[in-house]
Amino acid sequence: MNKIIKEYVDKLPNKILLDVESALPEKCVDSKIKKIMEEMYKEYLYSLADPGESVGLVGAESIGEPGTQMTLNTFHFAGVSELNVTTGLPRIIEILDARKKIKTNMMELYLKKECSGSKNVKKIAEKIKEKTLESYTKEVIINVADMKMIIALYPKELSEADLTVGIVSKILGKSFKKFKFKVENKLLTVISSSKDDALKEMYKLKEKIKDTHISGIKGISQVLPVKRGNEYVIVTAGSNLKEIMKKDFFDSERIISNDLFEIEKTFGIEATRQLVINEVVKVLDAQGINIDIRHIMMVSDAMTMSGKVCGINRYGIVKDKPSVLARASFETPMNHLFDAALIGEEDYLNSVIENVMINQAVPVGTGLPGLVIKVK
Amino acid sequence: MTDVYLNNKFAGNIKNPEDFVERIINERRMGKLPITINCRHNKKSDEVRIESSGGRAVRPLIVVKNGKPLLSEKHIEQLKKNDLLWSDLVKQGMIEYLDASEEENALVAFSEDELEEESTHLEVNPLDILGLATSFVPFGHYNHGVRLSQGSKNQKQAIGFYMANFYIRIDMDVNLLHYPQYPIVKTLTHETLKYEKHPSGQNLIVAVMSYEGYNMEDAIVINKGSVDRGLARSTYYRPANVEERRYSGGLIDDVSIPDKDVNGFRSEEDYKFLEEDGIIYPEAKVGEGDVIIGKTSPPRFLNALEEFDLTSSSRRESSVALKHGERGIVDFVTLTENVEGNKLIQVRLRDQKIPEIGDKFTSRHGQKGVISIVVPEEDIPFSASGIKPDLIFSPHGIPSRMTMAHMIELLAGKTGCLAGRKVDGTIFSSEKEKNLRKELLDLGFSEDGCETMYNGITGEKYKARIFIGNMYYLKLKHMVSNKVHSRARGPIQLLTRQPTEGRANEGGLRLGEMEKDTFVAHGTSLVLKERFDSDKTIVPICEVCGLIAINDSRKETSFCPVCGENSEISNVEMSYAFKLMLDEMKSITIYPKLKLKGKY
Ligand SMILES: [Zn+2]
Repeated sequence: MNKIIKEYVDKLPNKILLDVESALPEKCVDSKIKKIMEEMYKEYLYSLADPGESVGLVGAESIGEPGTQMTLNTFHFAGVSELNVTTGLPRIIEILDARKKIKTNMMELYLKKECSGSKNVKKIAEKIKEKTLESYTKEVIINVADMKMIIALYPKELSEADLTVGIVSKILGKSFKKFKFKVENKLLTVISSSKDDALKEMYKLKEKIKDTHISGIKGISQVLPVKRGNEYVIVTAGSNLKEIMKKDFFDSERIISNDLFEIEKTFGIEATRQLVINEVVKVLDAQGINIDIRHIMMVSDAMTMSGKVCGINRYGIVKDKPSVLARASFETPMNHLFDAALIGEEDYLNSVIENVMINQAVPVGTGLPGLVIKVK
Repeated sequence: MTDVYLNNKFAGNIKNPEDFVERIINERRMGKLPITINCRHNKKSDEVRIESSGGRAVRPLIVVKNGKPLLSEKHIEQLKKNDLLWSDLVKQGMIEYLDASEEENALVAFSEDELEEESTHLEVNPLDILGLATSFVPFGHYNHGVRLSQGSKNQKQAIGFYMANFYIRIDMDVNLLHYPQYPIVKTLTHETLKYEKHPSGQNLIVAVMSYEGYNMEDAIVINKGSVDRGLARSTYYRPANVEERRYSGGLIDDVSIPDKDVNGFRSEEDYKFLEEDGIIYPEAKVGEGDVIIGKTSPPRFLNALEEFDLTSSSRRESSVALKHGERGIVDFVTLTENVEGNKLIQVRLRDQKIPEIGDKFTSRHGQKGVISIVVPEEDIPFSASGIKPDLIFSPHGIPSRMTMAHMIELLAGKTGCLAGRKVDGTIFSSEKEKNLRKELLDLGFSEDGCETMYNGITGEKYKARIFIGNMYYLKLKHMVSNKVHSRARGPIQLLTRQPTEGRANEGGLRLGEMEKDTFVAHGTSLVLKERFDSDKTIVPICEVCGLIAINDSRKETSFCPVCGENSEISNVEMSYAFKLMLDEMKSITIYPKLKLKGKY
């Protein structure tokens, strides 16, 4: 490293020093480098948050205000009407609340080089798509006289998925133990084993049986091969990282899901932190809203700093606040007060809300410094 | 096999759903089935659903067979002569009522020239697709859909002649427009609903121009001369009801002028309008704090001693008085009995509202705005023929909202006004703009509605020609005089010692959660503290047990009720709301111990 740049090792972050070094022209006079570094240092100090600046509130306002302009529309993939994604405000709320069940799970699956041909992609996509009985069913007839339900299946679709009527009847038999499944003339025949209410049961089954999982990976309801650059990506609706990672034709280093908890389970908390940032930025970009990424990074840090994903709500980061009064002022005050009283909790009145409550100067901005005078 | 459901209950199977539905509909048209039955075959789920229950919205349509409506010119002639009635048309199956479900399978032609071979129905009138208030918008087919619904929303808030017997009615919060007018640019709905009997606006001369920057942000400028001549003047009526209620133990409210020894006696001045019976006289001019009906009530809680001693001293004052900012003239006084047989006094107050800065007006196209200035007549711009507008509307309201009908109405209004006739602006079948322009030209005016105008202040000719015409404007019920409010100091709540809420109680304007956040975000902690000082108190705290101590102001000492006289007691400044919270915590058996230490 350059001698002059080295002087700034303690003053500037390493990344900035390296960036400056690589950007410098090969022959540069020392005095010029000195000047650059001085400018750099000044700029760096400018961009630091001042002591006592309420970064959290400024962040909340910076995200909240443009949030009011967001439209509530869901974005559709051109051509495929079923594959729609939650965007806009609902998606932001979903992410920041760290919802366990999100409205539209999605995965982006990159393929390994050797399987990324366009023909392969379609085949793989079809293979991982979850298929229920309904997609193989041609017709369902209930024979009231014989108390039988006859299900006709498409033979072509079955053979494409390496299935036979026999296999299907075995799968169904496992999930519906009350009924007997048989194969008669290549037709699936269902007989109820219970005597009373057999017809009613049969009608109920007719609805239920449609959704039985037959083939593919559970949870993946839609697949859509998309060309990105010069390779194909399979975008899926529904997410199941655990099963996908078992398949060897995917490039496991680039697989991504939009489910915070799945990412946390499979890739860890650091990945989740980045996912929160990426997903929020993705929504904001789609809406044409420009928010300084540092606000979002801070939110993401707050959500993940405890090592697990915490939503910004009373079950998440508010629960971890050290102050009883701060927690009580957010939601369900009684519970917080009783819990605190049981263990004799102490509140040191260190943060903003408590001081607003007792009407003392909040320890932020002008309320932070104190003046100490030594009396002789 | 198709399942059939009758009122959402499974009824059976049929083989041929199309024939089945057709048969039901045919029998309905022939009068064998009630006209309120609707039936539909849902092809997607392969079900037939028949509905006969109440509560479904249905609408009439003309039945079409083989691309020809069953209702012919012949029938219309008969209808005109009253030989045929609407109910006959329904009975004969020419008109039928469809619900939302049956409409799903119908192909309804919008107008006669849109009829196709497959059409099953025809709209009675294209106007039918709109609601009532929306069809009041003239030239509505030139507007953006959103503006139509906004325009109709605004019309519902307009002040008009709401009822002919208003004089003997006691309604809550009503407004009555003086000199209401029938619109020059009217629609079919205005005619059919006899709008001339209950109009709710006035035809104003409107100039589309800016005036000294006073019409920024949709504000409108109004002519003081017009206002003085009674333009958009209205009366606001508000009743006050008092009932002589009976209580347990034979006690009863008493309507009378309260005695001086009654609990909570106001001042003699406040009762000055009351007559001997304790009720105000009509045409009395009352203001803030004046009592309208004098009343005393028995005490709320009786203790054993007082129970037999019902002298007036234990009774309390419960008169009805005007609240902060209210004023008016007593219009009408009635004395009756209510359902329970109690004496009931109703007093109606009236207040004349003259248009002033802040009153809200709108045209029929969702172009609402508030008055920003009332300009003296001599300063109003005038045209070459000496016409002065009643109202000046900002042209900046037009491009982004695209309310073309607003401008066409202005032109049509001008034409109708000059020609001495009403112009038909019914949506989809209005008079043509081209014809209106031609008529205007024939009347000796510029066909585009623009005129040369002169600055009212300097007398100079404006460089631009001004679009001026006549249009129907509505005064909306939101008037500033019912809303203005400010406070520097005033009453506080007993419980929290914070300022009271609401205009009627002379309340403060709340600095809420989000407003607080802005102070914190700016780092102005001490400003924030000062803002929240409205309930500041100094509380003596015992340093031993951390509870609130007692201050004996006569002896000038403080002592702790728990630890006694000798404990150390410090005065702490805090918000009264926090002190209250500590008390409430004690009441739910939580011990909120305050640990005191020096701040620095
Ligand atoms: Zn004590």
